[in-house]
Amino acid sequence: MPTNVLTWMIFLPVIGAIVVLCLPRNAANLIRGTATFFTVPPLIMAVWLFQNFDRTTNEMQFVTKIPWIPSFNIQYFVGVDGISITMVLLTALLSFICIIASFGIEKAMKAYFALFLVLDAAMMGVFCALDFFLFFVFWEVMLLPMYFLIGIWGGPRREYAAIKFFLYTMVGSVLMLVAMLALYFYAEPHTFDLLELASRSSSYSTGFQRIAWIGLFIGFAIKIPAFPFHTWLPDAHVEAPTAISVILAGVLLKMGTYGILRINYPILPAATLDFAFYLLIALGTWNIVYGALCAMAQTDFKKLIAYSSISHMGYVMFGMATMTPEGINGAVLQMFNHGTVTAMLFLLVGVIYDRAHHREINGFGGLAGIMPFYTGWTALAFFAAMGLPGLSAFISEVLVLLGGWRNYPGLTIVSASAVVLTAGYMLWTMQRIYLGKPNEKYLDLPDINGREVFTLVPLGILVVVLGVYPRPILDLINVSLVHLNQVVAGKAQVALAAASRMVP
Amino acid sequence: MEPSALGNVASLAYSLPEIVLGAAVVLLFLLDLVVKRKETLGDVALVALALVVVLSARLLWGDSVALFNGAIVVDGFALFFKLLLALAAFAAVWMSLGSREIQRAGTGEYWAVLLASTLGLLFMASSTNLLMAYLSLEFVSLTSYVMAGFVRHSRRASEASLKYLIYGGVASGTMIYGMSWVYGLAGSLDFRAIHAAMMAGEGMALPLFLALLLTLAGLGYKVAAFPFHMWAPDVYQGAPIPVTAFLAVGSKAAGFALMIRFFFTAMAQSAGEGVYQLVGGVDWSQLILVLSMVTMTFGNLAAITQQGNVKRLLAYSSIAHAGYMLMGFAVLSDDGVRAMLFYLTVYYLMNLGAFVVVMLVANSTGREDLAGYRGLAWRGGAVPAVAMAIFLFSLTGLPPLAGFVGKFYLFAAVVEKQLYLLAVVGVLNSVVSLVYYARIVKTMFLEQPTGGEGAVAVDWHNGVLLGLLMIGTLVLGVAWGPLIDFAGRSSHFLQY
Repeated sequence: MPTNVLTWMIFLPVIGAIVVLCLPRNAANLIRGTATFFTVPPLIMAVWLFQNFDRTTNEMQFVTKIPWIPSFNIQYFVGVDGISITMVLLTALLSFICIIASFGIEKAMKAYFALFLVLDAAMMGVFCALDFFLFFVFWEVMLLPMYFLIGIWGGPRREYAAIKFFLYTMVGSVLMLVAMLALYFYAEPHTFDLLELASRSSSYSTGFQRIAWIGLFIGFAIKIPAFPFHTWLPDAHVEAPTAISVILAGVLLKMGTYGILRINYPILPAATLDFAFYLLIALGTWNIVYGALCAMAQTDFKKLIAYSSISHMGYVMFGMATMTPEGINGAVLQMFNHGTVTAMLFLLVGVIYDRAHHREINGFGGLAGIMPFYTGWTALAFFAAMGLPGLSAFISEVLVLLGGWRNYPGLTIVSASAVVLTAGYMLWTMQRIYLGKPNEKYLDLPDINGREVFTLVPLGILVVVLGVYPRPILDLINVSLVHLNQVVAGKAQVALAAASRMVP
Repeated sequence: MEPSALGNVASLAYSLPEIVLGAAVVLLFLLDLVVKRKETLGDVALVALALVVVLSARLLWGDSVALFNGAIVVDGFALFFKLLLALAAFAAVWMSLGSREIQRAGTGEYWAVLLASTLGLLFMASSTNLLMAYLSLEFVSLTSYVMAGFVRHSRRASEASLKYLIYGGVASGTMIYGMSWVYGLAGSLDFRAIHAAMMAGEGMALPLFLALLLTLAGLGYKVAAFPFHMWAPDVYQGAPIPVTAFLAVGSKAAGFALMIRFFFTAMAQSAGEGVYQLVGGVDWSQLILVLSMVTMTFGNLAAITQQGNVKRLLAYSSIAHAGYMLMGFAVLSDDGVRAMLFYLTVYYLMNLGAFVVVMLVANSTGREDLAGYRGLAWRGGAVPAVAMAIFLFSLTGLPPLAGFVGKFYLFAAVVEKQLYLLAVVGVLNSVVSLVYYARIVKTMFLEQPTGGEGAVAVDWHNGVLLGLLMIGTLVLGVAWGPLIDFAGRSSHFLQY
């Protein structure tokens, strides 16, 4: 297992999808069970990876490298380092949880679970791929199941949301395709190997780097989503079924920032340095504030969470752009933490939607008395999202802001103040839904059930444990990120100092 | 080495595919007089085409030679197209055998005309002489007019046939006028002699430019490139579905074959390292480049406006695909030609596949409009719906489907030449195409049937073809190594 563990993690769900398709149509429990069964081994392997991962090196580990199309130098090349392993862990965990959270699906179950498993495989593939072509293939393969999962099983405006998601992402990915080909032909000898491309980064001219950087960045920014490419997100999140919203917010958004860290940073360091100081940091700050303000204006519970994701992903961009070890560590930690926290939030929205069949924030009230356990879980998730000390998001946000303080005191103050906005909309929502006078209609809503709690428990544990003791994740990522930070920023401390004087 | 063309008698040994096909045409006309069950003729046509495939494949291991005193050649490039065209005809015959429309017409000469058209296509792919090129192209056109209007009592088909004829007449007239200019400038109709004259001649850039422009009209007409595309939507919509599929795949491929060979051997020369340079002082590659951008953009934008007939939508999509393939032409490199050959093969699989689904739906429900596809996946037509989705997403160019790989190689050839504007226009066009391809997918999967659409059944005959095309589209999306190598070996011309 050790050498091919990543390959198994990627392709077991594909096998699972094929098996699910072969099952009889009306054996509901068998389909659910089989689908779950195929997400368990990847989860176990993820734990195994976590234990056996060498935390002292920034080298790629658990590498598999096989030529795929030798005439074009395309390889099947997978491996993980500190940046990707956290995302692999997150993907394995959320896939398992989301399969369980999908047990309520009744329409065309076979297709649903098969598509979900394909999506799972593609996500895992994106985080493991070290060949640009392979990365791109996985990146695109993700679109098809997502389109159908939103479009067939989604809410009332699902058709619109599905095609909007599809078109937005595709615009980004085709630009990425051109940039990828340009990189391939620019490097001598031609290669798609991300590590090779990175090792030759000093031979790329600055002008070329800038153009390629922008091409790649638009692709990734749409996924994050960075302002102004974010408008697909509220639609897709709101219309998608609960489990798919969890995957969207928990895993898919991270692909954007992951892509920037994996490709833009090491391969185009000079351009990264140029753009990080202006574009990335500004977009990060803007995302934080803008997302929070939009969230505050929402009356749809799910849409509010969707906008809060935009705000929280702003911290990731902000941290990445600071070019400090604290900031960049904080960014990747925030990617993981946001994955767990937002997953809880979407699961909790799903719980209330399943019972009341609407998500209008003002349509509830006093749920704390009716569904006390549910309210307790929500409080935990809300406090985590607010960045309350002692819960995981606090640590990552503080690290990000610490990283920013040195070079961008002004923007750091703006970003830090946005925490107040976050607290504002979270608490206000809390008040409107859970406190106050109960709505007559919902007096007999059943409290959260065992299956729902089961999906929340692992996430809740992570939120609490990482809030007190973030070392397990920080140790994983630190070496790789410090190295990456050196690659990009280390050579140009002078430029950094000069730029920091110019930016408030 | 002094390679020279073989004489008439010695050439026959290398012309077995064409001889078989010609014999089969005659045989079919004769059999039509005695055989009552007209499907038998279709079976005979299938056997003949299979034989053509085998005989063409055998020549792959032989030498490249020029035949009939230089009128046609047998080289890797020609053989690639012969295989592709014979397979396209095979699929068209197979489809015709399973098509309600054709069965209802029930006449025997259909099969003979289809094979005759194929014969013309084979000659188009191997012509090295303008006269031969013109004759084979006209031969294909004339037989195509007959096929388009084959369902005699359908007004739609008659209209299609007439439009095809009129546009075709104008285009071929324009082309032969252009060819006469080329003859005037070069003093010969032979590609090799034209090339030699271009190398020697100077100061005739303007007339040459006009001559090439006029010649392009006829070739652009065959591949359905803007602005010679006008016939395509009407003909695609009106012609019987197997004929439409045949025109969309076969006719287009042969048009590209002739276009590539004429421009690459007569109007350019190899500059080593897989790159070509222009001769004669006319930068026709810029012309093709613009044509490519306009064609794909027009095709895609026009397809978006199509809400009704699916065949008509696929016609505009085929115009857009002609634009994509022209990209490989405009870059003037072996890689570009290789990408075109690969793309044509992939296009064969996915476009034919889409037409097979259109035919299945038409067979069962008699409908070709988009509304007839509503909720197809939820009313017993899951297999055709899934197949259609695969073909359409492959046409869009999404991995892991063959269409992506095809586009990947085209864009790679473009980026290699650092034509970034063309590359960006091309990829953005792919996004635009998603709008209308996804509209069909949406209708099939995301919408619920209203009840009046009727069930869609897959019979084994069409199912086999559908399955093979689907497997091809999927397999070439992950393991395309052998095919791209074959296309690479075939992207050289016999320079004798």
